[in-house]
Amino acid sequence: MSGRADINAGGGWLGLYVLGYLVFLYLPVLLIPLFSFNNSIQAAFPLQGFTLDWYRTLYGNPALSGALANSLVIGVISASGATLCGITVSYMDLYGRSPLAATISAIARLPILIPGVIVGISLLILVNLIGLGPSRVSIVLGHILVALPTTVVVMRSRFAAIPKTIREAALDLGASDWTTFRRVMLPLSAPAVLSAFMLSFLISFDEFIVVFFLAGTEPTLPLYIWSQLRFPRSLPTVMALGTVILTVSFIIAGTAEILRHRGLGAARRNPA
Amino acid sequence: MGSFAKRAMNMSTVVAARPLPENRISPVFRFAMLLPGGLVTFFLILFALGLVVFLAFRGNDGSLLGVGLTVENFVTVATDPLYWTVTLRSLVIAGLVTLATVVTAYPVAYYLAFHAGRRRNLLLFLVTLPFWTSYLLRVFAWKIVLAYNGVLNSAFIETGLWKEPTLAFLNTPAAVVVTLAHAYAPFAILPIYVALDTIPKSLLEAASDLGARPFTSFRRVVLPNSMPGVLAAALVVFVPTVGDYVTPAMVGGPASTMIGTLIQSQFGKANDWPFGAALSVCVMLVILCVVLVARGADRRFGSRT
Repeated sequence: MSGRADINAGGGWLGLYVLGYLVFLYLPVLLIPLFSFNNSIQAAFPLQGFTLDWYRTLYGNPALSGALANSLVIGVISASGATLCGITVSYMDLYGRSPLAATISAIARLPILIPGVIVGISLLILVNLIGLGPSRVSIVLGHILVALPTTVVVMRSRFAAIPKTIREAALDLGASDWTTFRRVMLPLSAPAVLSAFMLSFLISFDEFIVVFFLAGTEPTLPLYIWSQLRFPRSLPTVMALGTVILTVSFIIAGTAEILRHRGLGAARRNPA
Repeated sequence: MGSFAKRAMNMSTVVAARPLPENRISPVFRFAMLLPGGLVTFFLILFALGLVVFLAFRGNDGSLLGVGLTVENFVTVATDPLYWTVTLRSLVIAGLVTLATVVTAYPVAYYLAFHAGRRRNLLLFLVTLPFWTSYLLRVFAWKIVLAYNGVLNSAFIETGLWKEPTLAFLNTPAAVVVTLAHAYAPFAILPIYVALDTIPKSLLEAASDLGARPFTSFRRVVLPNSMPGVLAAALVVFVPTVGDYVTPAMVGGPASTMIGTLIQSQFGKANDWPFGAALSVCVMLVILCVVLVARGADRRFGSRT
């Protein structure tokens, strides 16, 4: 810590820069909630006065609630799948001691290096080949793929933070691989499992680029928003919907972040 | 004698069959644990990408997997100047976005690594939070900022800077660059921060003990040591932006068509899947080249790893 004091001088300007950067990061996004309460069809200054009308239009909209239900179901299923894959892939990568496990882990992180449009079209070809076609099942497959790098990274860093001696002790005391995994390693990484699940749910819930190719007749929420953007009249409704989505995303992402840190902190404090 | 050797052999096989705890993994457990990840990676990633490559060499007859075996798609891509223009434009836009995000993110990462102190976790959370919000909504936000009767124009008129709203914001490549740079800004900070944070503090102390001034020690010690993080950041921004089709459609207008737009339309309106697959293969080859260049550069700086 004492070495840090030397470079601390001159941090004031940098602090201001960081503040400006955060404003740039958040200002455009915060305009959506601002204009969602504005009593005008145009998103423009000056503000015309406060209204909740746009939020009222969200109620009793069957297309919207259908898309929401779709997004929730697809989000939960694909997050479960991605979390399961993230847990097993990273566990075997760290403890499996096989080239196959290491290869699978490397390929699982490959989608970071493939643009979403190519992930989308490759899955579109695949689901047509196996007869699924564009459908909710196809979207789930796509979202497992998109969320996989995140769950692998989250779970891998969590497993790596558990002291090796804990697993060795369990095995020495006669626990089988399965028991060690289920009764020792999994409970110790429970916060990370929850965090990985929430983050992959968010990824699926907000995903647009891949779902665009894989959706059949039942759109997800981002696809519903996309379809509404063509009509200037529905922009305020989109902004009200966007505000709700942003709020929920912030809460889920915040909770996931707290869980991830709490888990890591607990493991470092009580290594035994 | 013979039986003794046999017993010794038996003993050694018994010993060899009781290895260290780490190696004692039952085949059933191994299979069950490798199955989900194996299915997803080999089937959904490798097999699906293999299909794209296969389809790229087929002719379009309206059927799912095309017909024949041909390089015609690639000949079209290589000879039609349209595809050169669009590819070049995508590279320039993605390059500018990468440059802008990395250069603006570096000071933030530097502050987080060396100056943030107790606020570090909060700041890290704040810069990564937008990453978890809807990409579509972040792009949409820029549409309402840049529109003809949008936020920026109306704000300027309201403050008396301009009298007439200008069309110059929306539907330009510049709008695409700004929007993408904003959308992918959070991607760049984390890799650079991790690289800066893992620089051994003793290196900095040694530099200042040996009389290096702050700027020299930054240029000669901190910057080279953080280059692996900078390259990783450049990669995670470049890859999704070079294939983006949402932002050009939303704020770009016809003058900002990118390669992702062309791929998307081949699988939609244009309905020529083999040709779209060939375009995708070209994009993957371009990305492969960029990755290899980044790898090479990483090796030059990678004295630490």
